[in-house]
Amino acid sequence: MSERIADWTKGEQAITYQTCVVCGHIQYFHRAFCAACGAADPREAQASGKGTVYATSLVCRAATPETRAHVPYNILLVDCAEGFRMMAHGEKDLAIGDEVTAGFKPFAGKLVPFFAKKR
Amino acid sequence: MSFITGVGLTPYGKHEGSSSLDLMRKAAQAALDDAGLKRSDVDGILCGYSTVSPHIMLATVFAEHFGIRPSYAHAVQVGGATGLAMTMLSHHLVASGVCRNVLVVAGENRLTGQSRDASIQALAQVGHPDYEVPLGPTIPAYYGLVANRYMHEYGVTEADLAEFAVLMRAHACTHPGAQFQDPITVADVMASKPVALPLKLLDCCPVSDGGAAFVISRERTGEAGVRIRGCAQAHTHQHVTAAPGLSELGAEISIARAKEATGLAISDVRYAAIYDSFTITLAMLLEDLGLAGRGEAAARVRAGHFSRDGAMPLNTHGGLLSYGHCGVGGAMAHLVETHLQMTGRAASRQVRDASIALLHGDGGVLSSHVSMFLERVR
Repeated sequence: MSERIADWTKGEQAITYQTCVVCGHIQYFHRAFCAACGAADPREAQASGKGTVYATSLVCRAATPETRAHVPYNILLVDCAEGFRMMAHGEKDLAIGDEVTAGFKPFAGKLVPFFAKKR
Repeated sequence: MSFITGVGLTPYGKHEGSSSLDLMRKAAQAALDDAGLKRSDVDGILCGYSTVSPHIMLATVFAEHFGIRPSYAHAVQVGGATGLAMTMLSHHLVASGVCRNVLVVAGENRLTGQSRDASIQALAQVGHPDYEVPLGPTIPAYYGLVANRYMHEYGVTEADLAEFAVLMRAHACTHPGAQFQDPITVADVMASKPVALPLKLLDCCPVSDGGAAFVISRERTGEAGVRIRGCAQAHTHQHVTAAPGLSELGAEISIARAKEATGLAISDVRYAAIYDSFTITLAMLLEDLGLAGRGEAAARVRAGHFSRDGAMPLNTHGGLLSYGHCGVGGAMAHLVETHLQMTGRAASRQVRDASIALLHGDGGVLSSHVSMFLERVR
């Protein structure tokens, strides 16, 4: 099995995804196999960080002291250019359909993907 | 064949000093009394979970506490769909001859047993531990995302969603056991504190203490019988990030399977008991199930269609939004109310005709679905 590329869930400034070498299925949640056909060792790659906003929700009531310090923060679902959907943070005025690009910001002790409107 | 022979329900709200087991016992005893059965008649126990008092073997903990030695027992965990999933399993256990009388029970002191933050935090863990939870989402945020997209695709407005909160409150005002008894208006919902936009405080169900139970039996014990006509499930994903498009969600799949299993159509349904953790949940499920056209559920609320005297009375006890939500027991109150309606015991809330009822439960973020048809038999 190939070495896993470090991404934001491991503290690196990167978003990664996997493509099945057998059936072509694209998945965001890292696995050692393809969730569509079961084939081993899907090919891993770093995403471009380009995408389109699928949905937003501005969180105004957080549940922990660490997250409360950031309120309000905008949670997004972004359809990434490579064909997978991910959850991230983003600018507060983003709307469905906006084209966005990813950066990274600290949040509650971790680095999280933060999308801004494409300039 | 299987029948729901007894139901039990505590008031929802604050039960200061009651444990999860206390609330389960109260509801279980009420359900047995309602069925006219003794503890020794129960040979199966299914129970939900308690976030306040988690245990790896809650069903046997409860059986020992309650004082019965069943031949079949375990807990079931499907989030908000757990109550109906347990009912479906009981139906099959009874119909296949494994059990004669299954006690289905859940209860939790979720309001007084832990802080509201602890509840919200515990529930947010249904998110993906690596790809979602570090972003600080809450359950309202998961549903806020869904609401934002649904409103965009189908032209639903925040004022439309508010109608469902107002309706559930109006129904709760006629039930003495409901957590909230003060009427609210669309303006109140719109002005309530933002939680996870577009959802505001009054778009969200509360955290409650409470317990609910039923007995599912092979034979009828009372004069009016409530028969489980048929049921089905669908599970499309766990995490909202991995959810399919709005037109491919599980409610449409499970209702299609339930209709096929029973030979019933939505036009046969006289009473509806639909999961309503948030206003958006209720709006979407009504439309997914075919109880309203796409984007038309709110207009039907305004026209009185889902009121007690309307063509399709809905959650006449006030639902999760206003009767209250104590975890697994929360949506079991929907079935208890349905049973009371079907057996003509709903007092001032009684509807004209509840001969065939449709129940639907949702767990996770529209992840797990159970659809069920009940039929009154004489």
